[in-house]
Amino acid sequence: MSTVAPLRARAEHDAARLPPLLARAEHLAGTVLLGEHGRRRAGLGDDFWQYRPVQAGDERRFIDWRRSARSDAQFVRQREWQIAQSVVIWVDAAASMRFASDPKYAEKSDRARLLALAVAILLNRAGERVGLAGADLPPRRGEAQMMRLAEALVKDGADDYGHPQSSGMLPHGRALFISDFMGDIAAARTALTGAADRGVQGVLLQVLDPAEEAFPYRGRTIFESVGGTLAHETLKASELRDRYLARLAQRKAELQSLCATTGWQYGLHHTSDSAQSALLWLFRAFDGGPSR
Amino acid sequence: MMLGPIGFTAPWLLLALAALPILWILLRAVPPAPIRRRFPGVALLLGLSDDDTVTDRTPWWLLLLRMLAVAALIVGLAGPVLNPQDDGEQAATGPLLIVLDGSWAAARDWPAQEDLLDAMLAEAGRESRPVAILRLTEPEAPNFQAAETWRSRLSGLAPSAWEATPGTMAEAAAMLGDEDFETRWFSDGLARDGRDRLLSELQSRGPVTIYESPAPVIALAPATIIDGAVQLTATRARAGTPREVTIEAHGRDPSGTPRMLATMPLTFEADATTATGELSIPAELRARLTRFEIAGQRHAGAVTLTDDSLRRREIALIAGREDREGLELLSPLHYLEQALIPSADILDGALIDILPANPDVIVLADVATLSGAEQSELLEWAEGGGLLLRFAGPRLAASDVSRDEEAPLMPVRLRAGGRTVGGAMSWGEPKSLAPFPEESPFFGLEISDDVTVSAQVMAQPDPTLASRVIAQLTDGTPLVTRKRIGAGQVVLFHVTANAEWSTLPLSGLFVQMLERLAVSSAVALPDLSEMQGTTWQPIEVLDGFGTLNDADTLPGVDGETLITDPIGPNLRPGLYEGPDRRLALNVIKDDTTLSPATWPANVPVRGLARPPEAPLGGWLLAAALVLLMADILASLALSGRLMPVRAALILAALMAMPQQGEAQEQDKALAAASEVVLAHVLTGDSQLDEAAHAGLRGLGETLYFRTSVEPSQPIGVNLEEDDLALYPLLYWPVTPDQPIPTAEAYVKLNEYLRTGGMILFDTRDANVAGFGASSPNGQKLQRLARPLDIPPLEPIPEDHVLTRTFYLLQDFPGRFTGRGVWVEAAPADAEKVEGMPFRNLNDNVTPVVIGGNDWAAAWAMDETGAPMFPVGRGYAGERQRELAYRFGVNLVMHVLTGNYKSDQVHVPALLDRLGQ
Repeated sequence: MSTVAPLRARAEHDAARLPPLLARAEHLAGTVLLGEHGRRRAGLGDDFWQYRPVQAGDERRFIDWRRSARSDAQFVRQREWQIAQSVVIWVDAAASMRFASDPKYAEKSDRARLLALAVAILLNRAGERVGLAGADLPPRRGEAQMMRLAEALVKDGADDYGHPQSSGMLPHGRALFISDFMGDIAAARTALTGAADRGVQGVLLQVLDPAEEAFPYRGRTIFESVGGTLAHETLKASELRDRYLARLAQRKAELQSLCATTGWQYGLHHTSDSAQSALLWLFRAFDGGPSR
Repeated sequence: MMLGPIGFTAPWLLLALAALPILWILLRAVPPAPIRRRFPGVALLLGLSDDDTVTDRTPWWLLLLRMLAVAALIVGLAGPVLNPQDDGEQAATGPLLIVLDGSWAAARDWPAQEDLLDAMLAEAGRESRPVAILRLTEPEAPNFQAAETWRSRLSGLAPSAWEATPGTMAEAAAMLGDEDFETRWFSDGLARDGRDRLLSELQSRGPVTIYESPAPVIALAPATIIDGAVQLTATRARAGTPREVTIEAHGRDPSGTPRMLATMPLTFEADATTATGELSIPAELRARLTRFEIAGQRHAGAVTLTDDSLRRREIALIAGREDREGLELLSPLHYLEQALIPSADILDGALIDILPANPDVIVLADVATLSGAEQSELLEWAEGGGLLLRFAGPRLAASDVSRDEEAPLMPVRLRAGGRTVGGAMSWGEPKSLAPFPEESPFFGLEISDDVTVSAQVMAQPDPTLASRVIAQLTDGTPLVTRKRIGAGQVVLFHVTANAEWSTLPLSGLFVQMLERLAVSSAVALPDLSEMQGTTWQPIEVLDGFGTLNDADTLPGVDGETLITDPIGPNLRPGLYEGPDRRLALNVIKDDTTLSPATWPANVPVRGLARPPEAPLGGWLLAAALVLLMADILASLALSGRLMPVRAALILAALMAMPQQGEAQEQDKALAAASEVVLAHVLTGDSQLDEAAHAGLRGLGETLYFRTSVEPSQPIGVNLEEDDLALYPLLYWPVTPDQPIPTAEAYVKLNEYLRTGGMILFDTRDANVAGFGASSPNGQKLQRLARPLDIPPLEPIPEDHVLTRTFYLLQDFPGRFTGRGVWVEAAPADAEKVEGMPFRNLNDNVTPVVIGGNDWAAAWAMDETGAPMFPVGRGYAGERQRELAYRFGVNLVMHVLTGNYKSDQVHVPALLDRLGQ
């Protein structure tokens, strides 16, 4: 009894180092990967893509002799294209994301990180390089990068509202912004246009809590931001509802138009919905994006 | 301060109620506190202003709720008391005289009266008023003392069996003295002469209040016999609604035990003050009656004692000569039969056959010689109180009986032959009777001239002769002689019982003489002349409550006072024994009528019952608390903090409670049906129930370890609700204050007993009482078990199957080691079988086992298996506990296996049969 307890405690402590986020993201990504295949074009890679007749300029060592022996022509064995893209992910770590109106819903930040990491895992498996916006974690490949991503993602930010960063993006790379975009819209606009200027295209995912969509509040209320920097008092919260919803719709419209002008894709996800559908949408958005 | 029936201990606090409207305005002005919410969308809200600057008002119903709570708090703190008992406030000074009627009619309400009196004395004690108590039945000059002194003597006060007379009331009025005082008069509700005078005397000294129970007094008049049936009449003081009362006839059963012999309902018609009914019971039973009483009326007036007047005497008529058939008028017994049949039961038969029936009187008409056995038995019977009445006749005259020396069964010696006067062959005139001497029982009877005697047997002159003659002829010859033998007597009529020798049997005098000799019973009260000079000894007297007490210490009473005087301290109602009969003196006479007391209009009359004082403060404070709780919920709901789901959950939880109870009920039945379960009867005493439960748990553990019986947890059984059929054994601990089960429960219990269930009654008092009704628990057991269908019981015999169902046992100790354990009695024909150590006993499981050894306490184990109650000391105690467990094991084995062990008696026979 005297040795088991410390052993158990140490084991638990060690096990806790493996970010549970990563495990969940792996799990989530695993459900999506089924049925999705390569880039559907010839290129560098391990997987067989097609045989094509030898053309001028093909080196002899590329000739697939086994295939060529079955016919008169000579064939070259092409592999699927596996050129890696650089994808930069920005996940809002600000305090406003740490909100869930009901214990049964996940916090927005939790959902955002989960989706980001799951997308990163999928992209990593597809051969892309994934990194975080900013200078901390440039895009790289490999399982170790996933580990580093997971560690970086779980850090909470101190700000009340997050500002998208366009720094650290490689030109013509891809980007993923996940946030509630409740803060200043100007920061988002700057980041998005800056990215577009560098030819970066990507996906913008707005994550909202159901309460933020419904505003189910009544009576005399003091609303505070999660970080506590902003506060607004009302005597009849129910009367604010319509005007709040109007402002929210306006915010969404602004984001959509911003995306439209910059060629990004806009997605809206509610924490009450399943993460898997959002992940599918995200993966499709990347897969069928500008490469199509 | 009083508001109707509600008084306040701190009435000034009620002023705070005036502050309520201010509170209302304050509460209205202050809006509910804001809720602080975390909400990321606040960024979008910035800059939005409220359209309506007026705050949400607290809704009126919430305000009302809070007002009510505060009002309840204020009123509760003001100490409201319902029916406060300080009604003596206005006249709380000066001495207090309490007048008690104290008669038998007050006995019924005596407990209520005593309670009220106690409360009054306590109050007077608090106010330090001197108190005197005046009982009108035994007036003594009022002696004003501290109330506490009277209070300590209160339990010694008891109602008398008699009532106040005008004389005693005048006596009381004379004793009052000059001092002024307040009077409280506890009336018994019956009108009485002389009361008005006393009342005016009392009123001249201070205020008078009457305390009187409004329920009318019901009394029972003495029973009379009309046409062979007992006629009973109940009277009531006030005519009113129809009412039915039950008359109980008490007497002795053939073995001499007092018990109730019959009951009879009597119905008062509306507006009738009397109700009459006839009770027709066999003469044999009637002879054993001792008293009638009205059920539920606990006073001496509801009891009427019976005496010899209810009895029909049994008279055996024996004639020496029965050879002249058909000549009825010449039969020696004809006139006797005619005289006796209306009032007595006549026995016929041979003397030896009749004697065991112990008749009151044996008449020997012209029987001369008796055999030795007959004589000795007759003598024994006479010494025991029998009256032997002999008539002379030709045979007696011709025989040698009592010739030379006095025969034991003859009062005098006889001369040979007798004499004849006034006949055809003799001189002289037929003789007539001389006046009866004063000491004769016939003294006072009128002698008619047509009674003549023409022949008689003659007595030998003896020194004792004069004292034995109780009637003689004009010439001085004895006609009737008497001799006492032990408690009885022998009387000889010197003439025949028919009209051969005299005309006496033809006359009315003959019947009267027989009556005087108590041969035939006198139905009416004996008249005054007969009672003169007699002394009557009280045997049993009634007290005010109508219970009979021995009267050994009371002096005898003159016969005349017995008839003429009213009942009083010197002449108590009861049963008196005189020279040759018993006389019952009842509170209610045949002619007694009851009428309700009437009081002048200016005298306040109150009932005996006071509404109990009930402080209401606690309830109001609790109500305030509940209202405040509701306010919390309502406030939460109003501000959106209370999730409707949670509220619904709370409500659902509240409403689900009774359903849970139902489910438990079902679980209980299921648990009992799926396993062997020992059960104990819930007595309502939680400590006892717990002990019983622990006891059965301990027994269950023991059974589990030692036998193949593996009972599950014991169950407490509610006799009213639970199905008993599921339990093989009910352990029923008896406490004096457990409720008696209802009739339906008894139906179930009887069904249970008949279908093989067993109840173990445990009076748990073997340490202080032997088995029986001597202890409160034993009395309770009797009352509990009376409606049960229980066979005859006997102390457990040595060879009862219970002594060997698992262990061989002879003692059945529990926590105590009383020996008396009772089980169903073995059948009378149980006999020992050859070669077996026990009898072939009854085939059934005994339905009850009754004892007082507190077995559950000896069996009791707590959850860890440790004994809960100490048993005995040291090793002996442990041994006793072990034996208690063994008894329990045997008991359960007996219940479950029945007479299996008893059947071992058949083993040799079975083996024998198998062998063939």
